[in-house]
Amino acid sequence: MSGLAAGIRLALFDKNVIILERHNVSGGLNSFYSFDGRKFDVGLHAVTNYVSPGVKGTPLVKLFRQLRIERESFGLCEQKGSKVAFPGVELCFNNDFTLFESEVARAFPKQIDNFRKLMRIIYDYDELSLEAVELSTLKILDEHITDPLLRDMILCPVMLYGNAQETDMEFGQFVIMFKAIFCEGFARPFDGVRRIIRALHDKYRSLGGKRKMKCGVKRILTEGGKIKELQLDNGDLITADHVLSSIGSVETMRLCNGQPKNDLASEVGRLSFVETITILDVQPRELDWDDTIIFFNDSERFDYRRPEDLVDPRSGVICFPNNYRYDDGQELPEGVFRVTAMANFDRWTSLPEDEYKAQKELWYDRLAEQAMRFLPPLKGHTLKDLTQYLDMFTPRTIKYYTGHLAGAVYGAPHKVKDGRTHVDNLYICGTDQGFLGVIGAMMSGISMANYHILSKD
Amino acid sequence: MTKDECKQIVLDIIAEIAPDEDLSDVKADVGLRDQLDLDSMDLLDIVMELRKKYGIDVPEDEYPQLASLQSCAEYLTPLFNSVKA
Repeated sequence: MSGLAAGIRLALFDKNVIILERHNVSGGLNSFYSFDGRKFDVGLHAVTNYVSPGVKGTPLVKLFRQLRIERESFGLCEQKGSKVAFPGVELCFNNDFTLFESEVARAFPKQIDNFRKLMRIIYDYDELSLEAVELSTLKILDEHITDPLLRDMILCPVMLYGNAQETDMEFGQFVIMFKAIFCEGFARPFDGVRRIIRALHDKYRSLGGKRKMKCGVKRILTEGGKIKELQLDNGDLITADHVLSSIGSVETMRLCNGQPKNDLASEVGRLSFVETITILDVQPRELDWDDTIIFFNDSERFDYRRPEDLVDPRSGVICFPNNYRYDDGQELPEGVFRVTAMANFDRWTSLPEDEYKAQKELWYDRLAEQAMRFLPPLKGHTLKDLTQYLDMFTPRTIKYYTGHLAGAVYGAPHKVKDGRTHVDNLYICGTDQGFLGVIGAMMSGISMANYHILSKD
Repeated sequence: MTKDECKQIVLDIIAEIAPDEDLSDVKADVGLRDQLDLDSMDLLDIVMELRKKYGIDVPEDEYPQLASLQSCAEYLTPLFNSVKA
């Protein structure tokens, strides 16, 4: 997605651009797939950063301006309402920040002044600076929020929706995600992420941008610190004045000639996920499953790290794509119930095939059972009775389709904010540059195209 | 080209890059960023459009010349006229 956005920016100003995509669909970590006639979104639970028409100065507005796309082309419809659910405490939130603030005041009356002080720091922080120094989120939160339960309830959604680092989070990344989730909000197009990808394609094509599908870059051939040629999967060689890579920073380095194949192993992200997708023959609202997204945790402390076991079912995300305010009261044709939890890439990829299948079935059941503890109980049904179809993806699936090492959906723990590499005319964009979420991915492509190419002309 | 025509060209560019801004009452002697919601990315787009549409190059250290409509007119009008000639 960052690559498409960068491509649009460059094509807008008459650059001769080509997008090389190894997969047969665009979107990268925010793509979709079809199975049995159903279309599934890969990453997207929600487009974060949603603001109403007329609100200015936020990433969503900058994005539409920079891409010269009309906001209607994304068809964004707002969430109904979401929550953070821990044992015995829930904090509801929606796209109006005052609800979340009042929930904190209700559930943690002694912390509300501290929380407001923290909000001042968040509002004043320039998270988009390309030169910012790295600060620890835990340190800043601990200085302000003295109740560890509230601290964990704030961290849980922010980390699960974009943190590439185990245990702690770089503060700039925290601010980006906190604002994207709580200060701005969630929305979704009725058709899911493909509506956004289509809008980007249409724009790119209208500007004369070229695109080559099922054609990855096999090697980056450098000479004298600059790119000489790109060797493609089909053996073709192409040259370019500038190359923006959205495949990940370590992934990009390893394509460069002279770099060892296992280069920078310690820089590879360790966080990956499993997700179960259950297609129901009822709308979730008929089961009183009315939330859009629920971030849950039932361990004593929220523990954000690669689990020892295949999956860590203690915390995760439940998402009902049905529960958005679609135009004219439209409803998705089927109920969709998705549950996401942290998973161990090495464990999943070392299983023999028959064991892999068996573990998928086992963990599907365990995760569904765990998620249902945070939902109103089913009356007179079992989940099985209501299930039309189910699917599950694992870290192995993510690696296979996206090429991201270790299935790390949020990329490398250390971000390359200025996008520079050891090669002069090769730049990183996308999740490893450090803007997060769907809107962040596009902003990353835009910023890097602006910063390294358009403003240097 | 007159300075008023030059101001109109800049306004037209802003209308294109920031269609959500109300440009009906832009004051020429007040900074554009003080009365409109424009950021450094929008400023880059004004510069890029000047180059794309009119072949006018504004070097980065002269971006401050584009601060207000009036300063745009002072700075750009001679450039427009020399490109035309």
